[in-house]
Amino acid sequence: MRVLLAIVIGALYAAGFYMMMRRGIVKIGLGLALLSNAANLLIFVAAGPSRAAAPIIPMGQTVPSAPVADPLPQALILTAIVISLGVLAFALVLIHRVHSICGTVDCDLLLLEDR
Amino acid sequence: MPLASHDAANLLVLPVLVPLTSAAASLLAWRSVRVQRRIGVIGAGLHLAAGLGLLAMVWRRGIVVYQAGGWPAPFGITLVADYLSAIMVLLAGIVGFSVAVYSLDSVDVRRQAFGFYPLLHLLIMGVSGAFLTGDMFNLYVWFEVMLIASFVLLALGGERLQLEGGLKYVTLNLIASALFLAGLGLLYGETGTLNMADLNVKLPAAIPPGLATTVAMLFLIAFSIKAAVFPLFFWLPDSYHTPPVAVSAVFSGLLTKVGVYALLRCFTLVFVQDVGYTHTIILVAAGFTMVTGVLGAVAQQEMRRLLSFHIISQIGYLLMGLGLFTPLALAGAIYFMAHVIIAKATLFLVSGAAHRISGTYQLGHLGGLYRSRPVLAFVFLVPALSLAGLPPLSGFFAKLLLVRAGIEAAQYAMVAVALAVSILTLYSMMKIWTGAFWRPVPEGLPRHESARLGTMLPPMLWLAACTLALGLSAEPLVALSMRAAESLLDPSWYVTAVLGG
Repeated sequence: MRVLLAIVIGALYAAGFYMMMRRGIVKIGLGLALLSNAANLLIFVAAGPSRAAAPIIPMGQTVPSAPVADPLPQALILTAIVISLGVLAFALVLIHRVHSICGTVDCDLLLLEDR
Repeated sequence: MPLASHDAANLLVLPVLVPLTSAAASLLAWRSVRVQRRIGVIGAGLHLAAGLGLLAMVWRRGIVVYQAGGWPAPFGITLVADYLSAIMVLLAGIVGFSVAVYSLDSVDVRRQAFGFYPLLHLLIMGVSGAFLTGDMFNLYVWFEVMLIASFVLLALGGERLQLEGGLKYVTLNLIASALFLAGLGLLYGETGTLNMADLNVKLPAAIPPGLATTVAMLFLIAFSIKAAVFPLFFWLPDSYHTPPVAVSAVFSGLLTKVGVYALLRCFTLVFVQDVGYTHTIILVAAGFTMVTGVLGAVAQQEMRRLLSFHIISQIGYLLMGLGLFTPLALAGAIYFMAHVIIAKATLFLVSGAAHRISGTYQLGHLGGLYRSRPVLAFVFLVPALSLAGLPPLSGFFAKLLLVRAGIEAAQYAMVAVALAVSILTLYSMMKIWTGAFWRPVPEGLPRHESARLGTMLPPMLWLAACTLALGLSAEPLVALSMRAAESLLDPSWYVTAVLGG
């Protein structure tokens, strides 16, 4: 399972960086989405996925009865997902605006204007 | 009024809470630009006061810690203010307030009506939060708060150049955030904690030094992109000069410096297992950052682009202090931070005033400002000479500390680079001085002698006065920086304060 996830994460990173190095700016948005998902999965795997019980302490006890999963990685990933979704939405709107104002989605043509 | 220790720690949240309140209030007053402008200035003033109060508190009581919700350290959210954090928050307050006043008359009404002030407050909130947090993940969150506000500020107005610059800025910063997040994941997976003080304790035992260095490199790259360190700075000179100059000033004063702050914090508190390796890389990067930045600046003909390249070369000096990793060098870096934030913000503000008067940023088209606006010329000359390192201005003492630290550490090549870059800095500053101020107006160009500066003038004046004051009161301020540096190099104080004895 871990090996499979590791391969998936590596593929996501590779695809994300590849997309970002393309000339079309729309692909930057796709690359960003892939990168942020790769990072989220990385947190998940690095923290050690396990089949332990949910970290809920039964009524009347002070410690959980069975070994429990670490709840923190989920919290971290959830926060990261919210942030990356917001930022990605902004990036997409920005790309759209660049396209409608500059009339092109080609990085090389944009760079010509950079003076 | 004497405060109980519990109340005093509660005041620690003010630098975050005040801008949040101001931002919320300005959003509620969305329809009235007039009200937003008032809230903008008052809110930024209160934030500055909170920063002053925080530094006074840290000066009296040492490191102050606030545990949100009463959860003890490694489990809850921790806010910590040591000397470095308090100094940085105060500097953010100074820049934020100056820009809030300056923008009243310099940012056009359309931008003001579309949320300039709420965004400015959110940016200040993110920056203050990043300075105060004691937790790596919260550092990431504050970074994002600050970045999202800065993205919108950068693109606000929607001019073509802004959008193109903004695209590069957004992309590079998001890649940095993804790397930062990956580093966080690995760090948490290996140590089971993200509290910085806790990491200082647990990291050495949790992972072998080699793996720790690998993770450290991820953070180094992520923060270096944000701090515009060589070779990862190319987004900066393409984007920082595109928004209104008030925005450029707040970016140059705060955003890159948050990256440097994060480097200072992480590479003194968390990643100190393999100092020989990591800090040598930082030192080499610092040298190249200085040189490439200043060479880029020398080649520019546009005032704001020149100043943007300049930001990069000054980042090099800050990193030099971290790379040398001695008390004197870190004190130099901290003093340099105060000096460069204020001087740089002033220069950007002056470039905006020059644009208001002459209608251009091109040095070739500027001229005669010394004759028509002697006060403005003086306000430019103070930070410019200070950056070049002329005594008795602040830049001289800042560089003196760094150069002395470099000689003591026997890093002579680094010292030579720092001194040579100083001369080039002087040259590039003189280029603006002769181009815009000294020589007569070029033939056939219109003059705007009657242009009104209004609220743009006072912030430049008091920032220039700050630069003078930093230089003239160098002795107590260097003593403060030394205390800050010593507490950075001896993390046991920080760790004890956060985790409890």
